Amino acid sequence: MPAEEFHEWLRREGRIVIVGASLAGLRAAETLRAEGFTGSLTLIGDEPYEPYDRPPLSKAVLLGKASPERTDLPRRREIDATWRLGVAASGLDLAGKRVRLADGDEVPYDRLLIATGVRARPWPKEDEAQLDGVFTLRTRDDGVRLHRRLNASPRRVFVIGAGFTGSEIASACRDRGIAVTVAERADAPLVGALGGVVGSVAADLHRENGVDLRTGVMVTGLEGDSSGRVRAAHLSDGSVVETDLVIVSLGATRNTDWLEGSGLGAGPRGIACDAGCRAFDFRGIVTDDVYVAGDVARSPHALFGYQFLSLEHWGNAVAQAEVAAHNMISAGADRRPHLWVPAFWSSQFGVNIKSVGVPSMGDEIMITQGSLAERRFVGVYGCQGRVIAAVSFDNTRWLEFYQRQIELGAPFPLEYPTVDRRPEGRKPVPADFPDPSLPTHGPTVILSGYSPADRRLVFTPGRR
Amino acid sequence: MTQPSLLSRITDYANRADPYPLYAELRRTPVLHEEEGGPYVVGSYYDILGLLHDPRVSSDASNLTAAGDDDLSGPEATGLPPSFIRLDPPEHDRLRRIANSSFGPPHRPHRIDSMREELAGIVRELIDGLGETRQIDIVDEFAYPFPVTVICRLLGVPREDEPKFRGWVDPLVASLDPDTRKNADDEFQQAAQEARMQLGMYLAGLVEQRTKEPRDDMLSDLATSHGADGTMSMMEVLSTAVLLLIAGHETTVNLITNGMLTLLRHPEVLQRLREDPGLSVNIVEELLRYEPPVQLVPQRTCIADIELRGVTIPKGSRIWLVLGAGNRDPERFKDPDRFDPDREDIQHLGFGSGIHSCFGAPLARLEAQLALAELARRLENPRLVEDPPPYRRNAVLRGPRHLQVTVDGIRP
Repeated sequence: MPAEEFHEWLRREGRIVIVGASLAGLRAAETLRAEGFTGSLTLIGDEPYEPYDRPPLSKAVLLGKASPERTDLPRRREIDATWRLGVAASGLDLAGKRVRLADGDEVPYDRLLIATGVRARPWPKEDEAQLDGVFTLRTRDDGVRLHRRLNASPRRVFVIGAGFTGSEIASACRDRGIAVTVAERADAPLVGALGGVVGSVAADLHRENGVDLRTGVMVTGLEGDSSGRVRAAHLSDGSVVETDLVIVSLGATRNTDWLEGSGLGAGPRGIACDAGCRAFDFRGIVTDDVYVAGDVARSPHALFGYQFLSLEHWGNAVAQAEVAAHNMISAGADRRPHLWVPAFWSSQFGVNIKSVGVPSMGDEIMITQGSLAERRFVGVYGCQGRVIAAVSFDNTRWLEFYQRQIELGAPFPLEYPTVDRRPEGRKPVPADFPDPSLPTHGPTVILSGYSPADRRLVFTPGRR
Repeated sequence: MTQPSLLSRITDYANRADPYPLYAELRRTPVLHEEEGGPYVVGSYYDILGLLHDPRVSSDASNLTAAGDDDLSGPEATGLPPSFIRLDPPEHDRLRRIANSSFGPPHRPHRIDSMREELAGIVRELIDGLGETRQIDIVDEFAYPFPVTVICRLLGVPREDEPKFRGWVDPLVASLDPDTRKNADDEFQQAAQEARMQLGMYLAGLVEQRTKEPRDDMLSDLATSHGADGTMSMMEVLSTAVLLLIAGHETTVNLITNGMLTLLRHPEVLQRLREDPGLSVNIVEELLRYEPPVQLVPQRTCIADIELRGVTIPKGSRIWLVLGAGNRDPERFKDPDRFDPDREDIQHLGFGSGIHSCFGAPLARLEAQLALAELARRLENPRLVEDPPPYRRNAVLRGPRHLQVTVDGIRP
């Protein structure tokens, strides 16, 4: 069948299966219908819930301002799909074009979208992870449990890992007047994502808000009492912190285990795909019927040296899902590349943090507006003479400009004056990222969500 | 005969009723600079948006190499220190944050919403006050008095003082209109000056009172602010109060009047609004795109050379951002010259964008929504007396000076 005819048939009566019923899966399904796909659509999700929003789980939900059961994602349109919720996909038969489910069922497809996302990395010592009072935070169920425990007035909460999620949890605890200790292997919070210059501002924020922040230490063990409840954490500096509640926020693991042996290019770092969201098989040959979107995808980005980026960003999940859905039912020339400029936000200790680009690629940072000491600033990251990223603390409204500079490959350092430039911002300084060869608990580009109210369009070079 | 410059045609009063064909012409020259010393005029959506977020663009008049001889880009003529609309960070941010801590989230998320009933009451009273008349001037009898009353309540001006207060505001606001000012006689100027003094003294007295006995109003909050940003000085409180008063006044008048005019030109939409007051939300958003009350932002300058679409705008130049043109840019909006409240993609520039995006936007939206829905409901068979109506001379705050409408009656 010629390609055009095939796609016409596919749009009319093809079978599309989406594995992963969260943000990316839902938005892909909606895009398929919006673009005129009338065939059968199946969504498979291992959680028993319809798609819900995760960013509130570490923010409003912990503060008691939103119920963890009520963060359902708003729907853009009817999708008329078969939902297979509460049952995980367990395998993939690439040649036979079938997804195997944990309950033994098999679902055939003409086109498959994998959007299985990530899960929280558990505490590596299994017996300690089993202790009552040891949590991770990723799912709605996690949110419900944690919320309940925080309501029971714990004497102290212990957070392992000061990435974005860990910091947000610590912030929520302080807001609720709960004593909290945060242990971080690096020298400051957020260092992996934003570097040491910004990390030291984050450290000040923690301490000023009453967090007992311990940096440069590792947690060597969690101790339970006789009834199996956690009672203390042991640190590499020999200290012991008594606690009723331990929250492990050591980043995420990609949900690719189910693809083992499938022949797809899937592994612990995600599923490699091309800029059009088509998955590679393990030989590095691109498939044309398996697509990937969201946190589980790794795709090359032209703006960032064609590096394969894996992004755990809310906005990326949406944009990539839309591109994947479009490309699944479009013939060659109509396909679009996924060229989203990474962007994420976090809110902690009353400060709005937002970033665009890939800060960790930067070797220098320049505070172009505001001041670190006031905790209100824009920092611009440079890499080999060009602007590669920017971060703002309570200065969100300027970031669009810097995003454009990243898109344009504008020169770094920024020689021209900007409003509110302070003496400290005249020269770039080393951004102070940890040696990338050292193990960290987070991916290169990190975390948290992206405000739904602030959703960006997909970056297109040259305007439509 | 040489054609007059495009800029002079845009500001020419003769073209006030319909500047949009001129804007289309403007967009064909992405950066318009017609004469030495004149402003650099930008009218495309994406370019305007870019400049509104550009940290090389300043709102501080002292960064101008030379103020223009137009009346649009000079300093504020209030006799007070510059308010945050004419300041850059960090002063802008500090003052705006303090003002906002009394106005919106996160500190006062309910300030505006809790005024809904009160605003509806003011609208009701104004329409009740029209009496048996069969011809109404929407501007003088409704749109004009409405926002002053609202701002009085917001600031905390006691009701019994409202008429006195309005008596000062009217000549003050009138004197800010460049054309009124140009044509005014000495007596008018003096009256405006006198009103400004009286208003300043009155507000100062009120601030002093509220400092001693704070109430639940914005003046009390501004006067007693004590958050991380410290306090506002008396002069800062005054210039902020006057900013809210002036910026929240004529803009709202124009939004409501442009709204009523547009609805009367699109009777099918007016009918839908009459049947479904909830439609006012979409209508007001589309109005902010289609007939924005602030047509252009003339007060920006750049503190570095900026290259835009191959043109270098030199440091210290005046930059005009024509929001009204950006809002009708076909590169951004499908079928931009059509008034379509069902439009889904509607990120207009009506409230600007970036750090100076309209402070009072939530209030303006609510005022216009309530006003238009209630006018639609209560005016029986409203008809335009003249189309186009007579316009104010002001090219920046563009709107009808009068909007005469005949009605068959007024519903209870």
